[in-house]
Amino acid sequence: MSSGRDEKPQDRKKVLLRLWGYLYHQKWWMLLAVALTVTSNLLALLGPYLSGKAIDAIGLTAGGTDFPSVYLYCGLMVAFYVISAVFSYALSVLMLHITQRIVFQIRSQVFQRLTVLPVKFFDAHQTGDVVSRISYDIDTLSASLSNDLLQIAASIITVSGSFIMMVKISPILVLVFVVTIPLAVLFTRYMAKRVRPLFRQRSATLGELNGFVEEIISGQKTTKAYHREAVMLSRFDQRNDAAVDAYYKADYYGTLTGPSMTLINNLSLAMVSVFGAILFLFGRVSIGNLSSFVLYSRRFSGPINEIANIINELQSAMAAAERVFRLIDEPAEPDDRSDAVSVDHVRGDVRMTHVQFGYDPQKTIIHDLSFHAPPGGLIAIVGPTGAGKTTLINLLMRFYDPQSGEITLDDRNILGITRKSLRLSYAMVLQDTWLFTGTIFENLAYGKKGATLEEVQRAAKAAHIHRYIMSLPQGYDTVLDENGMNISQGQKQLLTIARAMLLDAKMLILDEATSNVDTRTEIQIQAAMRELMKDKTCFVIAHRLSTIQNADNILVIRDGDIVEQGSHRQLMDLGGFYASLYKSQYQ
Amino acid sequence: MKMVWKYLRPYVPRMCWGLAIKFVATVMELLIPWLLSHIIDDVVPLGSMGLIAAWGLGMVLAAFMAWICNISANRSAAYVAQHTTRGIRHDLFDKISQLSCAQVDRYTIPSLESRLTSDTYNVHQMVGMIQRMGVRAPIMLVGGILITLTLDPVLTLVLIATLPFLSVLVTHVSRKGIPLYREVQRKTDAMVRVVRENISGIRVIKALSKTEYEKDRFAGVNRDMVKQEIKAGMTMSLTNPITNIFLNLGLTAVILVGAFRVNAGLCQPGIILAFLSYFTLILNAMMGITRIFVMISRGAASGSRIDEILQTPVELEAVPGEARPSPYHVEFDHVSFSYNKKENNVEDISFQLRPGETLGVIGATGSGKSTLQALLMRLYDADSGRIAIAGREVKTIPPEELHTKFGIVFQNDALFADTIYENIDFGRNLPKEDIEKAARCAQAWDFITALPDGFEHMLSAKGTNLSGGQRQRVLIARALAGSPEILILDDSSSALDYRTDAALRKALREEYSHTTTVIIAQRVSSILHAAHILVMDEGRELGYGTHEELMETCPVYREIAEIQMEQGAM
Repeated sequence: MSSGRDEKPQDRKKVLLRLWGYLYHQKWWMLLAVALTVTSNLLALLGPYLSGKAIDAIGLTAGGTDFPSVYLYCGLMVAFYVISAVFSYALSVLMLHITQRIVFQIRSQVFQRLTVLPVKFFDAHQTGDVVSRISYDIDTLSASLSNDLLQIAASIITVSGSFIMMVKISPILVLVFVVTIPLAVLFTRYMAKRVRPLFRQRSATLGELNGFVEEIISGQKTTKAYHREAVMLSRFDQRNDAAVDAYYKADYYGTLTGPSMTLINNLSLAMVSVFGAILFLFGRVSIGNLSSFVLYSRRFSGPINEIANIINELQSAMAAAERVFRLIDEPAEPDDRSDAVSVDHVRGDVRMTHVQFGYDPQKTIIHDLSFHAPPGGLIAIVGPTGAGKTTLINLLMRFYDPQSGEITLDDRNILGITRKSLRLSYAMVLQDTWLFTGTIFENLAYGKKGATLEEVQRAAKAAHIHRYIMSLPQGYDTVLDENGMNISQGQKQLLTIARAMLLDAKMLILDEATSNVDTRTEIQIQAAMRELMKDKTCFVIAHRLSTIQNADNILVIRDGDIVEQGSHRQLMDLGGFYASLYKSQYQ
Repeated sequence: MKMVWKYLRPYVPRMCWGLAIKFVATVMELLIPWLLSHIIDDVVPLGSMGLIAAWGLGMVLAAFMAWICNISANRSAAYVAQHTTRGIRHDLFDKISQLSCAQVDRYTIPSLESRLTSDTYNVHQMVGMIQRMGVRAPIMLVGGILITLTLDPVLTLVLIATLPFLSVLVTHVSRKGIPLYREVQRKTDAMVRVVRENISGIRVIKALSKTEYEKDRFAGVNRDMVKQEIKAGMTMSLTNPITNIFLNLGLTAVILVGAFRVNAGLCQPGIILAFLSYFTLILNAMMGITRIFVMISRGAASGSRIDEILQTPVELEAVPGEARPSPYHVEFDHVSFSYNKKENNVEDISFQLRPGETLGVIGATGSGKSTLQALLMRLYDADSGRIAIAGREVKTIPPEELHTKFGIVFQNDALFADTIYENIDFGRNLPKEDIEKAARCAQAWDFITALPDGFEHMLSAKGTNLSGGQRQRVLIARALAGSPEILILDDSSSALDYRTDAALRKALREEYSHTTTVIIAQRVSSILHAAHILVMDEGRELGYGTHEELMETCPVYREIAEIQMEQGAM
């Protein structure tokens, strides 16, 4: 939903300045690159000089050839060309390395930022768009960095050299450029302004396309099941059209720049020759000077053409850089308070007092919620779906912070605890299981650094998943693919339970932890679950009210408020909402 | 490349037209320096102001011609690139949506995603650039060679002699470039995978404070990618110096041979001088051509990745077969299936459902319940046995017909970033009443209408702005809305509280009684009233019958029921 389209353009200077910052970071390498560029440009002058010498040595008439000199200069030419080729190869390799270093750095920064962004960001942004920024946009940037920078450097050298020579020959003729250069500058600036939004649009539509593709391919099975391939294809086509159209538009105006600059250049050439000829007629310039002036003005205009072409690429790179920087600038989870402490040996005493919260501050979901979970207590949270149970977990773990009210851990406001230590004091098993591409062992040992195979196997046995793992050809070294495995949802849950068992946390959150596990397995792992829950403050969300009958405190939540709380007995005696929920199971 | 060519073909006339214009533009561009030297060398000495102005005007005209022609040629190139890419992407997406689930698993989602976007993008760039740059360089090359031929054929042949070596080397390098760039794209896939996993697992990663670990993991794929990019780049940037060396060696040879020829009185030194200036032209042209080769390598690498998908044979197409009359709506007859073709995940399963009957499937985690559903929908083909709907084997039913028979809710089913209404309708353009009826029956009506925008409420990607139970109810509404012949609910009421679940079952019984239903569940209460219940364990049938029968005959079923009874779950 959140696309690049509604994002405000950033200040161009700022983007450039930031890019400059990355280059500056590589300043010594850059200096070396510039030195190489200058040297190879100077070498470029040596070639014609040597060949000229060789031709001189050939002499003007038959039989007058000075062969030793010809051999000498030809030998020198070969040596020189080899050196110059080595130089130019070294230069491109150097630029490749510089660019890739910068790209590596930017990509790392983007990822770094992803790891500190609040959960809220991911709830609101399409994965595909983020992916497109870290792949396509950074690629565009890198292509432009590696090609364009050197060309600009080389062009500047040639341009200034030729300009000096032209001024020396005829300052009056240079006046022609006083007309055309500002024209070129103005035109380029006008085009830049005009083309920039188009390139921005191009990046944004590609991001949107990626977002759509990500969503649809992830949900492919559903599309197939309803045979909606045609509909999805037509929706894809809309985005595809938008993307190729945006590309076309950027091209349509973008490719105007090159020929137009050539035009301005050619016009100035025409003016130079006409005025030069007139000056010659009035005896103000010699024919020899005129022809070398023209030669220099041609050398002068060549690079300007190049620059004009590069400007286009730079525009698209800038548009891409903007999107990348915007992601890097996305506000991170606010820093922990400066006085925040890191807790490690918590007792597990959790209290919520008058907590009010809504994902959208305008729409309160939790109005006024208070409860107390003593250390080692078992707190069950029940209520109809959508009543706000998962929201409670989000608040406890500080994925979101309440708008008002207070949550404390061991009588300390959790806002005054570092997020890292707070989160580490919880173990959790969530309804939607998350496993990453890696071996089963890596997935299970994920929460515990340096866990041994023995420990991991013990946890897997307790979670009754060991036998299944051993039945796989590679056992614990089997690589879990994102979707590829024919591993069932229930087995995934068992794996995440085993993962949680390896954690050494004082508090435990079980959000429908066994919803996809069959009853018999659930009974089998009950002992392990009890072991897991022992001495921990547990928050359990479950629909099977049976699993929570022995909870110390049951919070019955309805529309974001606790409507009843107490033990199973008390609530049954009360005969309220809980009792009716409970009885409905027998219908 | 062949693949790209296929898509370019319809635009060949357009492309030729563009190239012709580009040709004119290039000629005009080349005309300008010629006019320039003509003015200085020949016109100025005449001393006529009028002639100078006239030739000057000629230059201006040529400049404008070049301007107009270049722009329209570039635009035509952009047009062709746009339409080619549109076509490729369209067909690629179409093909991907035809891939079977097993094939998608094999290619992996991040790879398919980057083929659809970044690879098609590379091709787009290639097609555009080749048209823009591919005319000028060859013209210059051919033109340069022709002119030098008129100067001194022998010397030109010396220069031309280097060209075969050169072209062999350049094509060799760029051929090596294709697999290198393929590898770059593969590394991109790996990087994208890590990013996607981090986004989907953000809560777990934060909860376990594994940020540092994930950073390392990313640094690994990032480094791999940079390394591969450098490796490819280092190979490809060889082309330029190689071209330079070869041509310049050729030039040196020209001078040497020239020396002998001048010495023998066969050639003028002035000609060798002129040779030098045209040589620069040829060199620049060759450089342009090698740049095009580099671009083609990258584009071809992406093209071959796209083509790989396009060439993938479609699995699970309908095979011809006869229908047998059958009183049953859904039949499984001794069906076995294995994902890895080693151990069976489903073995020898049989059941028959009459129209409107309900089958309940219950069994341990990983016992093959969901596999049954996938086989019935023919997301995979059974290895042996027969699966039939109304007497027709599912293999013989065309997918479009087969899939429209079903309403299904998968475990972890997908919701899309769209309105709730659209998520239920799912592009089927169903009547509004059906959608509302489905929402009511799925027990979703109350919460939807309580939302400020009601059915028009926008869901975020994957429906993260709904609770788990709300998501399931929207999904059930989607399954019901099409009034399917067969309804499959795969553990899809697990996030519903009992009261909602009970209300849902009641509504199903009353409103959708003619629908043949398969319910896969953990709770006995969800399938208690089913006409048939299948108890599964490790892919095999452990019991089959009604609730009452199974209570008598199937100890495992009885055990499950008793546990749940005891827990008060029934």
